[in-house]
Amino acid sequence: MEREKRSPGFYLLAGFFGLFVLFLYGPLSAVFILSFQGPQGGLTFPLNGVSLRWFQNLFETQAVGDFGASFGRSFALGLMVMAGTVLVSLLAGLAFRRRFVGATPLFYLTVASLVVPSIIVSLGIGVLFQQIGWRPNWFSSGFGAHLTWTLPFGVLIMFAVFNRFSPSYEEAARDLGASNWQTFRHVVLPMIAPSLIGVGLFGFSLSYDEFARTLMTSGSANTLPLEIYGMTTNVTTPVLYALGTVTTLFSFLVILLTLSTILWINRRRVRA
Amino acid sequence: MNALLARATPYLQATPLLLILGFFLAVPILLLLVVSFWDYDFAGIYPDFLTLNYAEALGSWVTWRIYANTLKYAVIVWAITALVGFWVAYFLAFHVRTATMQMVLFLICTVPFLTSNIIRMISWIPVLGRNGLINSGLTGAGIIEQPIEWLLYSDFAVVLAMVHLYTLFMVTPIFNAMMRIDKSLVEAARDAGAKDWQVIWNVVLPLAKPGIAIGTIFVVTLVMADFSTVQVMSGGQSASVALMMRNQMSLLQYPAAAANAIVLLVLVLLMVAGMLRIVDIRKEL
Repeated sequence: MEREKRSPGFYLLAGFFGLFVLFLYGPLSAVFILSFQGPQGGLTFPLNGVSLRWFQNLFETQAVGDFGASFGRSFALGLMVMAGTVLVSLLAGLAFRRRFVGATPLFYLTVASLVVPSIIVSLGIGVLFQQIGWRPNWFSSGFGAHLTWTLPFGVLIMFAVFNRFSPSYEEAARDLGASNWQTFRHVVLPMIAPSLIGVGLFGFSLSYDEFARTLMTSGSANTLPLEIYGMTTNVTTPVLYALGTVTTLFSFLVILLTLSTILWINRRRVRA
Repeated sequence: MNALLARATPYLQATPLLLILGFFLAVPILLLLVVSFWDYDFAGIYPDFLTLNYAEALGSWVTWRIYANTLKYAVIVWAITALVGFWVAYFLAFHVRTATMQMVLFLICTVPFLTSNIIRMISWIPVLGRNGLINSGLTGAGIIEQPIEWLLYSDFAVVLAMVHLYTLFMVTPIFNAMMRIDKSLVEAARDAGAKDWQVIWNVVLPLAKPGIAIGTIFVVTLVMADFSTVQVMSGGQSASVALMMRNQMSLLQYPAAAANAIVLLVLVLLMVAGMLRIVDIRKEL
């Protein structure tokens, strides 16, 4: 096989790209290594022995706040936001395929949701709940605050998906006598399923890591990012890194599962 | 009946989005606009019509410096992320040959974006700190005698961490725009005798502009809204508008925070409106 020779520019850019990846992952691996710090070790290198001490520390409630409960809340909230984002974005994506009065203002409201600083959303919802006398909670005001961040991503992705979606498949189904629901269920839905899973991944991850929008909307109970944010100011042991390692590995696991699901669906489709 | 249902369908489908964004975005912002004219003391906030909050937000030296500082971060971080983002996207789009490899490398860039911002921020501490990797490496190699103090808890650290957190928002839209460039345009330019840099300057860059504009919207709005990076990485020595708001919020001075929120929002929306003149988002999706 004959190939065009690589130019010197290629090697320069490949080197630059390599540095960029190192820049992205290097500090993260420092945290990963330091979370195995020995019992006497501190927040920086060198490693003072190797232990699982700080991981154990994580699960003793009195040592570092309530890690288990805040993780549970973040996980539940992530799932709620994921479901809400997928459903609402899909419906909105379908709506935007046709003309309707107010489509353009609604689109710009969605874009606005993306660019309005998150702390303003947090403050606004906090003050709103205070004024109408509702008690803010992670599953009510916090849920809504997270949706203002995940929905624009979901809607814009669905927008892109339907921009590339040829209506001829639906016309063919309808010509063969399928009802509207059958067309959607058996033709449209399987075709956009991988994108919907992607939207779900975005919804979950963005919510699981969000904290500026949760600041004033989570009520008295902390979500995990708020817990970590609090720890940055008052925890001076590697338990902080242990927590970082655990949550990051969890995020990686979620991403990996999602990607393999998408791959699996695609492969099955090729075979069929 | 059926025709009526068909016409009503898009409205029904758009309703959940409208209701959620209406109640959790539009109403809160309108309320902040109202509350920014209210009075407050240590015990609560009271309906009123005062311009005092704005006078305080816009009339003091300190707040002007904080706004200037926030803009400074935005400009520096924007310039660096645009430069890095352009070359990373260019490498992925034009130098990586197989689609699979492109996808794999792109995913490698995207994965950190889906992990916690705070953890990624904290991860710089063992690298930049007084006894961190860089300082101990440099002293160990005998290049410097004293550890460099300005690596952590400085403007340098803030900008570095922001670039680390936000570059992906630049890479993704530029990569997306570049992938739509017809490769035959590049070949035509080459055949006509253009050198590599001429191709980049006259063909790739103009066609990647919409991507750069979208990336700019992301990066600028994220930096303008940032308080945690500034707080953690500057060690409390620098301030940003959002951090000032955060402090007012923790003192329950909601009307003062609301006034700053409105000023910041106007600033951000003006910038975005400027960018939207360059790019039509609906066409770019």
